[in-house]
Amino acid sequence: MSKVNELFNQDLKVINMGLKSFADELKEQGVSVIHTDWRPPAGGNTKMINLLNKLKSKTK
Amino acid sequence: MVSKCLIKANSYYDSVTLMIITKEVEAVTGVENAVVVMGTEHNKELLDNVGLLNDETSSATPNDLVIAVKLVDDGVFEDIVKKVEELLNKRKTDGDEDYCPRTIEGSIKNMPDSNLVIISIPGEYAGVEAKKALMNDKNVLLFSDNVSIEQEKELKELAVKRGLLMMGPDCGTACINNIPLAFANVVKKGNIGIVGASGTGTQEIMVQIDRFLGGVSQVIGTGGRDLKAEIGGLMMIQAIEALSVDEATEVIVLVSKPPAYEVAEKVLQALKKCGKKAVVDFIGGDEELIKKYGFIPATTLEDAAYKAVKLCNNSVEKVNKLECPEFDKPIEEIETLAKSEALKLSNKQKYLRGLFSGGTLCDETLKLFSKNVGDIYSNIPLSPEFKLTNKEKGNNNCAIDLGDDEYTVGRPHPMIDSYGRQQMILKQAEDEEVAILILDIVLGYGSNEDPAGSLVEQIKQAKKVFKARGQYLCVVAGICGTKGDPQVYDEQLSKLNEAGVIAMPSNAQAVRFAIRVLKEVL
Amino acid sequence: MIEQLIQKANDEVLEIIHNAQPVLIGIGKALDVIPDMTKKTILHAGPPIKWENMSGPLRGAVVGALIYEGLANTNEEAEKLASSGEISYAPCHHHSSVGPMAGVVSASMPVWMLQNKSYGNYAYCTLNEGLGKVLRYGANSSEVIDRLKWMEKVLAPVLKEALELCGTIDLKVMIAQAIQMGDEGHNRNKAGTSLLIRELAPYIVKTSYSSEDKEAVLKFMHSNDHFFLNLSMPACKCTLDAAANIKYSTIVTVQSRNGTEFGIRVSGLGDKWFTAPANFVKGLYFPGYTEEDANPDIGDSVITETAGIGGFAMAGAPAIVQFVGGTPKDAVNYTTSMYEVTHSESKSYVIPFLNFRGTPTGIDIRKVIETGILPIINTGVAHKNAGVGQVGAGLVYPPQKCYEDALETFVKEMEKEGVI
Repeated sequence: MSKVNELFNQDLKVINMGLKSFADELKEQGVSVIHTDWRPPAGGNTKMINLLNKLKSKTK
Repeated sequence: MVSKCLIKANSYYDSVTLMIITKEVEAVTGVENAVVVMGTEHNKELLDNVGLLNDETSSATPNDLVIAVKLVDDGVFEDIVKKVEELLNKRKTDGDEDYCPRTIEGSIKNMPDSNLVIISIPGEYAGVEAKKALMNDKNVLLFSDNVSIEQEKELKELAVKRGLLMMGPDCGTACINNIPLAFANVVKKGNIGIVGASGTGTQEIMVQIDRFLGGVSQVIGTGGRDLKAEIGGLMMIQAIEALSVDEATEVIVLVSKPPAYEVAEKVLQALKKCGKKAVVDFIGGDEELIKKYGFIPATTLEDAAYKAVKLCNNSVEKVNKLECPEFDKPIEEIETLAKSEALKLSNKQKYLRGLFSGGTLCDETLKLFSKNVGDIYSNIPLSPEFKLTNKEKGNNNCAIDLGDDEYTVGRPHPMIDSYGRQQMILKQAEDEEVAILILDIVLGYGSNEDPAGSLVEQIKQAKKVFKARGQYLCVVAGICGTKGDPQVYDEQLSKLNEAGVIAMPSNAQAVRFAIRVLKEVL
Repeated sequence: MIEQLIQKANDEVLEIIHNAQPVLIGIGKALDVIPDMTKKTILHAGPPIKWENMSGPLRGAVVGALIYEGLANTNEEAEKLASSGEISYAPCHHHSSVGPMAGVVSASMPVWMLQNKSYGNYAYCTLNEGLGKVLRYGANSSEVIDRLKWMEKVLAPVLKEALELCGTIDLKVMIAQAIQMGDEGHNRNKAGTSLLIRELAPYIVKTSYSSEDKEAVLKFMHSNDHFFLNLSMPACKCTLDAAANIKYSTIVTVQSRNGTEFGIRVSGLGDKWFTAPANFVKGLYFPGYTEEDANPDIGDSVITETAGIGGFAMAGAPAIVQFVGGTPKDAVNYTTSMYEVTHSESKSYVIPFLNFRGTPTGIDIRKVIETGILPIINTGVAHKNAGVGQVGAGLVYPPQKCYEDALETFVKEMEKEGVI
């Protein structure tokens, strides 16, 4: 709970991922924002995604 | 009719960009059908549905751009490809751009003190990224939909555990530290905190608070499913708890579609524990339960805002006795206007048709209409027997949520792009029995840069068609916006007036006015 | 479990890379100093390749080397010998060496000798012939052979003696300085070359050779802005060699091309090569030349990117865009994007413009596949016909397939071991 209230007392520093317009509009308002040029992992290649997942730890 | 396609490998573009490009391609003469999408499984189904799935297009990966068209003659395909490239480059070249990392890890590295992550990527990937954000102690606004309810539960439980906000999935509106996020309006700073499980519902309450000269402290979205039994109001309760210790917040407003009884109780208990005055709008839901807990129910979104503003300086008892004014303008003026509109209608005209970009605004309209007039159809009906029977044109009295899935397949949302609504307006012109059109004009960040302007041509055209038949089309619009919004409110208003639209400052007032006109002829 | 094993192994690899101390220790004859070198061995850049699959520049260089060695007198004789089966071809990489472009090394050629003082391993590389019609671009005319002979008989001995007088030269420090002076160590070596000449000049003067020879040597180095490339490459080679064969590591230790195929090696996968057809370079062409004239990507010089310099240090070498195209901002963005596919940042090679941030170091095959960002390479373009020379410069990426195959093999190995 306290982290939410921390947020209320901080300057917003945003990471945007997806629609670029959201980041652009925040920039317009002078908000600190970094836009992530997201792509589907492994270009959507399911074979590679499965291989990568095998090398990841099981979700904690 | 000939089908042609082109695959651009390794060329990723976001869905909104591509949908807008699809629209521009379809506008080219000789194009019967066009699909410009990334090669995901979902989009391949889309291609199949319009008969554009072939060996080539089905071999595309989610990282490849598919340009598929049905043409009258194939000569024009080259031009189409050129046009697509132009449009893509127009959106990509921004000169000396700052580097945009490809991954959330990269972004976090470049901005380690970030405190909020806004996610609007395809739903099948969004949950994983949201989890990464939470594990890195960032608050999340998850705009994406098509995230499973199981994932939503996992994410919200994780967020609660770590004391973070997990707004969404399917959260379209928030305003944190008075900064509008995603689709949200510029509203005065004040002491009302809003927690909303509904996008346009939250927006309408925000703008009405501003209009009633109040202001907001924080506006927290929870996503549409937060109050379902499976989720149990996790985020609404988290938000209530945060607002309870937020010094800037004196009054809380909750807005949501009617939740299951147990969830409503849970939420109201949390609200009671919080100890602050509150207005609760379960949009047509159980008022008694709200009153039982000592909170104030609302009859409309505008009413919720009105009561919240009054609550800032008055006791619960006092506010319970207040009623939000039916109209801004004096009632005599309204009556005169309604009568004069009604007089212009011809005998055959008897139906109201609502064309909405905001789902909750459509819902509010259905509720007001059923209560005061009678049966009304919709794609999101109040009860199954009133499911819309004519999806393309509407039937009887109806109010359509054009932002609903079935109308937005391969198309941008009507709040961003007006193409769908433009077509619907023209279709209404073909129907001699239509009397009134009601529209919502939603301003604010995220929305179309000129919502009113994008519809006036079709409105004027439709009115012309009715006139030629010796009839009259009455058009009413509710503006959901503030004077602080980037689209200039007064300009939007004058564009509407100039097109002969009766513009009202809230959805509720627009509906009430439309009902008055209708009652004159019934 | 597996994720932690990989993390630990990768940390170890980067530790070894950070600790490297590449030092120039002398000059020797290839036959004498390169492990397992024979009179009939020809080393080449890139992964293993047969004569029949070699591209124009590589063939031309092989022919030139055979004539230089006196094993053939004419081009026809040389080609016959080259395809006869009598000549052993091997990647430079299999013999602790690296070579730019065709990268051909034959028995009599003088080579720089380097040692990674922290781990004891050696690396070798020929001396850079200069620009234009040179062996590494597949030229093999008498002019080329004569120059090689001069290098063997004059250049190398002078420099060898100068080095004996000078002692060792710390290349890590020299490269670090060059990186801060606008070089990136692959396609831009002006500063490095200048620093080297500055270091060696007093000792060259003191050697026992004639004034004419000393002058010729100094002029030769001065006339070739890329002279230092043949030191930055083996410095990277001996840095990375020490980090090879760390079990469970997904860090790339070799990237290389032979003009036909591109190959990579991964630390946790030992000596296995993962190859695929080499790509064509996208860039700026010298007047009169176009993409039509280009040979596929060739050379061991991508060892520089693999070690975290070259294209990865582009943000510190913005002038490079005059040769490869783009804007200085692009150069910065390229470096910045590489942080998303590397394990760590260099502790020695830093870029002033990025607030002295270390260059992205340690390519992780998992990150390359996951992000879809392929490592950037800054390189020259050879004409596809032997002997024409450089026709342009630009940017190129490894084939995705190399990385995908490496990942697939890595997972299979882990499954075999039972750690997944």
